[in-house]
Amino acid sequence: MNSTVIPIAPKAVVAKPGWTDSWFAVRKELTPRSRVALIVGSFLLPILIWCAFSYLPFVWHPMMRISDPGSVSYFAPDMLVDKDVFRDETKTAKQNGTALPQGSGANPIYLPAPHQVAKALYTAFTTAPERKDGQWLHESLWHSVQIIFWGFLASSVIGVPLGILCGTYNVLSRLTEPFIEFFRYLPAPAFGALAVAILGIYDGPKIAIIFIGTFFQQVLIVANTTRKLDIALLEAALTLGAKKIQLLFRVVIPGILPDLYRDQRILLGWAWTYLIVAELIGTSSGITWFITQQARYKNFENVYAAIIIIGIIGLVTDLLLAALGKWLFRWERSPNKA
Amino acid sequence: MNNPPSLPSHLLQSAAVRDRFTRLKQREVILEVKHLGKQFTSAQGTVTALKDINFKTHRREFVCVIGPSGCGKSTLIRILAGLESYTSGEALLDGEPIVGACAQRGMVFQGYTLFPWLTVKKNVMFGLEMNDHSKTTAEREALQWLELVGLSKFADAYPHQLSGGMKQRVAIARALANQPRILLMDEPFGALDAQTRAKMQSHLLEIWKNIDITILFITHDLDEAIFLADRILVLKAHPGEVQELIEVPVPRPRNFMQITSPEFLATKARLEALIHPPKVEDDDEAQIRPHMIRMARVGDDVEDVE
Repeated sequence: MNSTVIPIAPKAVVAKPGWTDSWFAVRKELTPRSRVALIVGSFLLPILIWCAFSYLPFVWHPMMRISDPGSVSYFAPDMLVDKDVFRDETKTAKQNGTALPQGSGANPIYLPAPHQVAKALYTAFTTAPERKDGQWLHESLWHSVQIIFWGFLASSVIGVPLGILCGTYNVLSRLTEPFIEFFRYLPAPAFGALAVAILGIYDGPKIAIIFIGTFFQQVLIVANTTRKLDIALLEAALTLGAKKIQLLFRVVIPGILPDLYRDQRILLGWAWTYLIVAELIGTSSGITWFITQQARYKNFENVYAAIIIIGIIGLVTDLLLAALGKWLFRWERSPNKA
Repeated sequence: MNNPPSLPSHLLQSAAVRDRFTRLKQREVILEVKHLGKQFTSAQGTVTALKDINFKTHRREFVCVIGPSGCGKSTLIRILAGLESYTSGEALLDGEPIVGACAQRGMVFQGYTLFPWLTVKKNVMFGLEMNDHSKTTAEREALQWLELVGLSKFADAYPHQLSGGMKQRVAIARALANQPRILLMDEPFGALDAQTRAKMQSHLLEIWKNIDITILFITHDLDEAIFLADRILVLKAHPGEVQELIEVPVPRPRNFMQITSPEFLATKARLEALIHPPKVEDDDEAQIRPHMIRMARVGDDVEDVE
C-alpha cells in the first residue's frame, strides 16, 4: 500500500478538560480541595437559603410586624399580623381619615432568622432555668444522651450476639428471624403505654422505646452482615483444623468486625431518631422537655437551637466513631486501592 | 492435530524415569480413592458430579488433576478436603476414611483466603494455634515457614499489602505449617499473571523437593500440569470420570527449557487429544459464532501495513 492511502487530518486532540469534566466525571474521586469546598458548601447552601428567606423581604415575608398601631385598636407594637389584615385595616383607616398603622414585612413566628437562633444557641447555655427545679439546657442534653446510651447498650448487648449467632447458625436464624421480621414492623412508640404500665413514668419506658426501636433491626442487620462473610475464609479455617467454637470466635467475629462497627454506627443514628418520641412517654424529660417547653412559650429560636444541637451531637459522634473505626481496622483494604 | 510426525509416544519413558516411577509406586499409599461418586438432586433432576473415581497417590508424589470445565475436579478436591460430602465409594487418607475437614489435609485455594485481619505471621500461626500449639512454638514455626517461602520481611504486613503471588506464598506456608499428610491445591495459581505463575511453579517444586509432602494439584493449564506432576489424572465431564492416568515422562529436575522437549510435547499432545477432542460442538461456547463485518476502510489493512 503506498499511493492509495488517503491522508486524513488528525482529529482535534481533546483539549484541556473543561470544568464539567473535572466536576461531573462519573464516579471519579474529586481533588481534596474541591472535596472540602463541597463539604462546606453542603452546610452553607441550606444556611444561605434560610438567610434569603429571613433577610430578603421580597422572598417570602407573609406577615407584617407592627411598629406603630396608628388608629387600629387591636394592633400593638411588635405584633405580627397577616399582610391581608394589615392592608384592610390601612384601607379602613385611610377612608376614615384616621392615623395609619405602620409596620414592616416579617416572617411567621415559627421561622426565626439565623442570627436569632445563633443568639439562642449561646443564651440557652448561659441562662439559668426560669424555675428553680428546672434544668439547664446542658443538663437536659446530658439526660437525653444517657437515655440513648442505655437503650442502645441494652439493645446491643443482646442484639449483636444474637445477630451473629443467627448469621452463623441457620437453626437460630430460622427460629428467630421470622418473628423478628414481624415485630420490627410494629412502631416502637405503640408500646409507649405498655412500657409506662410496666416500667413506671421515669427513664425506664424511655429506654425501653429506644431498645424496641433498635433491637429488632439490629438483629436482622447484624445477621445479614455475618452472612456476608466470605465462606471461603471459613473453609480455609476448617482445613487448617479450626473447630466449631474456634470458627465462631477466631474467624466469624474478627472477620465481620469492621462491617459490624459500621452497622452499629448506623443503628446509633437510628436510636437517636427514636429519642423525641421516647422522651414524650411518661414524664417528659431531657431535650424533648426543653423543646416542648420552649415551643409552648413560642420561643421558636430556642427550639431550632435545640434541634441543631441534636444534629451537631449526632454528627460529631459519628465523625469520631468513623475516625476510631479507621484506626481500629487498619488491616482493611482501603476502597481506593485495588 | 498439527504435531510434528516425529513426536514419540507419551508412554515412552527413559530408563531413569521408569526407575523413578517404580520406586515411587513402592512407597506407602497416602491417599486412596475407591469408586468415589457424588450425586446431587437439583431442579433439573439427579446430577452425577463424579462417578467411580479410582486412584492412589504415594508418599511425596505430585499428582495433577486436569479436565474440562464441569468435570468435577473442584468437587473432587473439596471432597478430599472434607468440605463436601460424597454419596458412594470411599476416600482414605493413610487408610482412614475422610470425614470432615482437618489439619491432616491442608488446602490452598485459588482465592488466597488469607484472613485479612491477621498479619502474615499470624495467618501462618493460625493453623498451629488451632491445633493446640503454644503461642511461642507457633510463632517460631511460622517464622521458619515464612523464611521458606521467602517472606520473612513481610511477617508483620497485612494481606492487602501483598501482591497475588505473595499472598499465595503465605497461603502455602499457612497450609504447610500444620505439616499435613497431603497438600490439596485448587487451581492455586489460576488468578496470577503468567510471569508470577511461572515463578510460583518453580518455587512450589523447590518446596516439594525439600519437604515431606504429597501434593494433589488441580489445574486447567496443560503446561502447568506437565511441568509439575509425576502423574496427571485426566477427568472427563458429564459425568466426571477418570479418563486416563498419565505418567509424565519428562525427567526431573524440571526446568522451563523442557517445555520444548519431545517428552513434554508428546504428553501435551496426548492431553490435548483427551481434553479437547476434535469434535467438541455441544458446549455453549461452541454455539457462539461471531459474524465478522468489515468496519475498517478499504485498503487500510493491518496485516500488511508498511
